[in-house]
Amino acid sequence: MELVCPAGTPAALRTAVDAGAHAVYCGFADETNARNFPGLNFTPEDMAEAVAYAHARGAKVLVAINTFPRAGEQALWHIALAQAEAARADAVILADPGLLAHAAEHHPGLRLHLSVQAAAANPDAINLYASAFGVRRVVLPRVLSVQEITAINRAIDIETEVFVFGGLCVMAEGRCSLSSYATGRSPNMNGVCSPASHVAYAQEGDELVARLSGFTIHRSPAGSPAPYPTLCKGCFTSQDQSGHLFEDPVSLDAMQLLPQLARAGVSALKIEGRQRSRAYVAGVVRGFRAALDALAAGRPIPEGALSSLTEGQAATTGAYAKSWR
Amino acid sequence: MDLTVGPNPYFWSIESVRAFYAGLAEAPVERVVLGEWVCSKRLPFWQDAIAEAAEQLVTAGKQVALSTLALITLPRERRQSAELMQTGLPIEINDLTALAYLPEGTPFWVGPMVNVYNEGTLRWLAGRGAERICLPPELPLASVRALAAEGQRLGVAIEVWGHGRLPLAISGRCYHARLHARSKDSCQFVCAEDPDGRAVQTSDDQPFLAINGVQTLSHSIASAALQIEALREAGVTALRLSPQSRDFGTICAGYADLLRGALGAADWAARLRALVPDGALSDGFLQGPSGAHWSGR
Repeated sequence: MELVCPAGTPAALRTAVDAGAHAVYCGFADETNARNFPGLNFTPEDMAEAVAYAHARGAKVLVAINTFPRAGEQALWHIALAQAEAARADAVILADPGLLAHAAEHHPGLRLHLSVQAAAANPDAINLYASAFGVRRVVLPRVLSVQEITAINRAIDIETEVFVFGGLCVMAEGRCSLSSYATGRSPNMNGVCSPASHVAYAQEGDELVARLSGFTIHRSPAGSPAPYPTLCKGCFTSQDQSGHLFEDPVSLDAMQLLPQLARAGVSALKIEGRQRSRAYVAGVVRGFRAALDALAAGRPIPEGALSSLTEGQAATTGAYAKSWR
Repeated sequence: MDLTVGPNPYFWSIESVRAFYAGLAEAPVERVVLGEWVCSKRLPFWQDAIAEAAEQLVTAGKQVALSTLALITLPRERRQSAELMQTGLPIEINDLTALAYLPEGTPFWVGPMVNVYNEGTLRWLAGRGAERICLPPELPLASVRALAAEGQRLGVAIEVWGHGRLPLAISGRCYHARLHARSKDSCQFVCAEDPDGRAVQTSDDQPFLAINGVQTLSHSIASAALQIEALREAGVTALRLSPQSRDFGTICAGYADLLRGALGAADWAARLRALVPDGALSDGFLQGPSGAHWSGR
């Protein structure tokens, strides 16, 4: 299985390649990609250099152009496609049907991957994207169990890529406007979720309160960890119940499921975190590469290898276990 | 501009469903989309009412379409979606998966859960037979203008979310079941206890969201009442009204009066407050700093 690793900067890309990534995914420094954070991402020149660095070391570069182009301004996304091809990217990761149609028509030599933001969650949808646009790989949404992934792989002819580590969307990706309801900025339109520009912290008595555009997301007592106020991981109240009604502030760690994912016919494993530091990327990539090497050699997967790198030190296998639902 | 009633997002008893659509047959709306679009587990409890309602509404002169689910994953859901195509009624797709089941060249409608953000996607859908598209509620007026113009060029009717709790997210996980410490597979249909969704507040008691099974809705009712002129100028051809359990006939009549100029926008917006949960309205996705914002007073 191919290990697909995140890079928010050219330095992180080199770090990931050096740590053993088979492929690295990254995006341009604008709204065309779903990690449009200040100080991150690549200029077209960075991209060409990054691809050359990766190719020289046998690694691939996948360019994420996975937001939904804004009406009246699609040219920005079309330019990004042309720049990715000019940089000799190995594939582009797209979500929008209009952009996929444009790529298929104007860049027939460019390999197309379907972003998780397209939320293609069954074989019929995946086959549709394959036949309509020539998509070669689908990144599966994080709503599926391992059993369902197995069934999907039996019913499609293209590759599947699944998330194995990092941030966890609990909603179907690309179908969520919780962030823009609170802040006006969303993954689909702006490439951001619960953006830091809209977060305000306040010390109130013993508690550190985190608000997103005025909506209280967390109250952390002194001495306890204060997780980033991602909307769907917030603490809310409904009738007489309070707590993490949607999801706890956990992150995904599916390392122990690698043998099952291999048996399920998965082609590539994706690590989330283009916004993360080089040290984080290096740690996670090394850990997963070691796990994949162990799997290939018939040795057991190391346990708890990455527990210090999971958000809030709590991890879940998410929807891969059916009981998560 | 005219009115389309969207599919009911909530889980109501079959008796409530029958009463709701019998009432709607008398309401001043041009078209109605029927069907389960949130959770396939609910369908067996009320599906017998769908054909009856369709017949009643067609007899009353309404155009009727059937919605697909918004998130199709299970084999059962794929079968259900494929079977919808055999009914002879127009289909509204709310998951692109449904295109796989539509015989090529069959005209169809597109619901608000399909990501139509730009002219390229609109053109692609029109090429496959889309003749009516309800845009995603997240879109700002500038995008609505560009898409309505493209819709006019291509002969595709463009609808905009006009009234109702916003469908903000859909998940593999059921949050109603989670609140009752159950999994989705053993939910015991607890979402039926909340005919307009279950309110969610922040820890500072700010009304915020509403849980509806696997769907997360806004707490506020998004209303285009104060945006009618801008939408009309843009070339939008219909407003979509999303069902709620109470006063829906009054709500349909109010929007119809608004559209024909018999009622002023500010007057209607003021009256609406008494007809929606907690009097909470929003229109910030169309014009405002965030979706939750309301441009009125």
